[in-house]
Amino acid sequence: MRKQSRKKYKLNRMLALSLLVVVLIFVLYPFYCMILSSFKTTRELYNIRSNPLWVSKPTLENYLHLFTKTNYLKWYFNSALVAAVTTSISIFSSVLAAYALSRLRFRGAKPMGTGIFVVYLIPQTLLFIPLAKVVNSLGVANSLWSLILTYPTFQIPFSTWLLMGYFRNLPREIEDAAMVDGASRLRILWGVVFPMSLPAVVTVTLFCFTLSWGELIYALAFISDSLKQTLSIGTTTELIRGDMFFWGPLMAGGLLAAIPVVLTFSLLVDYYVSGLAAGGIK
Amino acid sequence: MKIRQREGLVAYTFLLPALAIVLSMVALPLVMSLYLCFTDTRIDRPGKFIGIENFRFLWQSDVFWTTVYNSILFTFASVVLKLLIGLGVALLLFQPQFKNKWIRAIVLLPWVIPSVFGILGWLWILDPLYGSLNWILTHLGLSKIPWLASPFWARFSVILVNTWRGVPFFAIGLLGGLVGIPKEIYEAAEVDGASPLKKFWAITLPLLKPPLLVITLFSIVMTISDFSIVYILTRGGPVNATQVFATLAYQYGLSGGKLGMGAAISLFMFPFLLVSAAIMLGIISKGETY
Repeated sequence: MRKQSRKKYKLNRMLALSLLVVVLIFVLYPFYCMILSSFKTTRELYNIRSNPLWVSKPTLENYLHLFTKTNYLKWYFNSALVAAVTTSISIFSSVLAAYALSRLRFRGAKPMGTGIFVVYLIPQTLLFIPLAKVVNSLGVANSLWSLILTYPTFQIPFSTWLLMGYFRNLPREIEDAAMVDGASRLRILWGVVFPMSLPAVVTVTLFCFTLSWGELIYALAFISDSLKQTLSIGTTTELIRGDMFFWGPLMAGGLLAAIPVVLTFSLLVDYYVSGLAAGGIK
Repeated sequence: MKIRQREGLVAYTFLLPALAIVLSMVALPLVMSLYLCFTDTRIDRPGKFIGIENFRFLWQSDVFWTTVYNSILFTFASVVLKLLIGLGVALLLFQPQFKNKWIRAIVLLPWVIPSVFGILGWLWILDPLYGSLNWILTHLGLSKIPWLASPFWARFSVILVNTWRGVPFFAIGLLGGLVGIPKEIYEAAEVDGASPLKKFWAITLPLLKPPLLVITLFSIVMTISDFSIVYILTRGGPVNATQVFATLAYQYGLSGGKLGMGAAISLFMFPFLLVSAAIMLGIISKGETY
C-alpha cells in the first residue's frame, strides 16, 4: 500500500517535471533559434541541409554587418535616449499624480482615478492616426521629439495606476507626524513617501523603459528617416526589404536589442514578479 | 474648510503635469478621431466633412468584413488558448518543487522582452524554406507547411504567436492569485476528504475568478488592438487573410495617407474597449482583486 503511493508520488513528480520542460521549450525556442542563427555564416543559414538547431562554424559577421552596413548603433542610441527621457518625464508626473489621487482629498479625486484606469486601457493603435496629425501640425514629425511627446501617454496612466495602489497601502502615521511638524506636502512626498515606495518606483521605471524600448506603431507612423529611427523600426524595416530578408543581421539585431531588457530584468526579478502579482499589467 | 481648500490646490498642482500630457495627447486625439472619421482628411492636407461616406465605403468592402472576422477570431482563439494554457502553467508553477524565482523569470521572458524582437524570432522559425519548424517536419517524415503563405496557416501562426506572448502574463498573474488563497481552506477540505479535482472546482476556481476575469478582459483589449504580430509576420497577407483593425487602419491611414478612413477603422476597436473597461471597473471597485 505504502509502496504504491510512493510510486504514484514519483510518477506525479516525473509528469510535472516533463510538463515543465515542455513549457520551457515552448517559451525559449524562438530565442534559442535567434541566438544560434545570429552566429551562423550566411552560407550555413542558407544551406537547406544544415541543421538549424546547431551551429557548426560560429562567426561574428552578422554583428559586424549591423555595425558597419546599417545605422544600428544610431538606432540603439536613439532608443536609449527616447526611453531615458520619456521614462524620467513619466515617473516624475506619475509619482506626483498618484500621490494626489491616493492621499489628498479634493473634488473629483474618484472620477479622476477611474479616468486614469480607462486611459490606461486605450491602445496605441486607436490613437496613432490622430496623433500623426498632431505630430505633423506641431512640426515634430520625423524627429525623436514626436516619440518623446507621445510615449508618456501610455507610460503615465500605467505608472500612476500602479503607484496609486502602492501609496494606498503605506501607513499614514508617518506622514501625519511629518504634517504635525509642519512639513509641506511636497517635502513629505519626496522625503518620506518616495523612499518608502522605492520598490514600486523601480518596478514602474522598468516597465516604462521596456514599453518605450520596444514601441513599434508610433515610431513607424511618425518617423521615416533612417538616422532618426529606433531599434524596433530600424531592424524591421531596414533588414527586411520586400521579399529580401537579411536573416543573420536581423536575428543579431533583435537579440542585441533584447539584451538590456533581459539584463535589468534578471537583476530585478523580484521586483518584476511581485509587481506583476500586484496587478502591474501591461 | 480652509485646509480642505488648500489641499485641493496642492492636489491639482500635483496632477498638473500628468493631466496636461494625458489631455493633450490622449483626450484631444480621441476627440479628433471622432471628427476625422467623418472627413476625407489626408496626411498632407485638411479635409472636408463627408458625413458617413467612410463608413459606407467600409460597409461595402469585403476586406473590411474580413478584417472584422479576423480581429474577432484571433482575439477569441488566442485569449481562450492563453487562458487555458496560462491556468495550466500557473498550477504547474504552484507545485512546491517548482517554487523558484528563476523558473518564473524564464516563463515570463516572452512577455518581458519587447514583443517586436521576439516576433522576429518566430518569423525566422516559420520561414518556409530555411525555418527550423519545416526542417523538423521534414525530418519527421512529414510534409512542409506554408506557415505564412496560405490563409489558414497564416491565421494559425498569428494565433500561435499571440498565445506564446500572452501565456506568461496569464500564468504569472494567476500564480499571484493562487498564492493569495489561504491554505486553511484547502486543509479544511482535505479533512472532509475532498479529491484534488473537487478542491480545484470548489475552491481554486471560484476564488481565482476575480483576477481571472480582470486578466482575461485586459488581454481581450490588448489582443484586439495588437499591431506588431500581424505587421511583422504577414503584413496582413496573404491577400488580407490576416488583416486586423490596427493593420488595416495603418494601411489606409498612413501608407495610403487617408487619415479619415484610418480613423474610421480604428474606432471599431472602441466598443470592445468600453465594454471590457466597464466590467473591469465593476470588479475592481468591488475590491475583490489585488
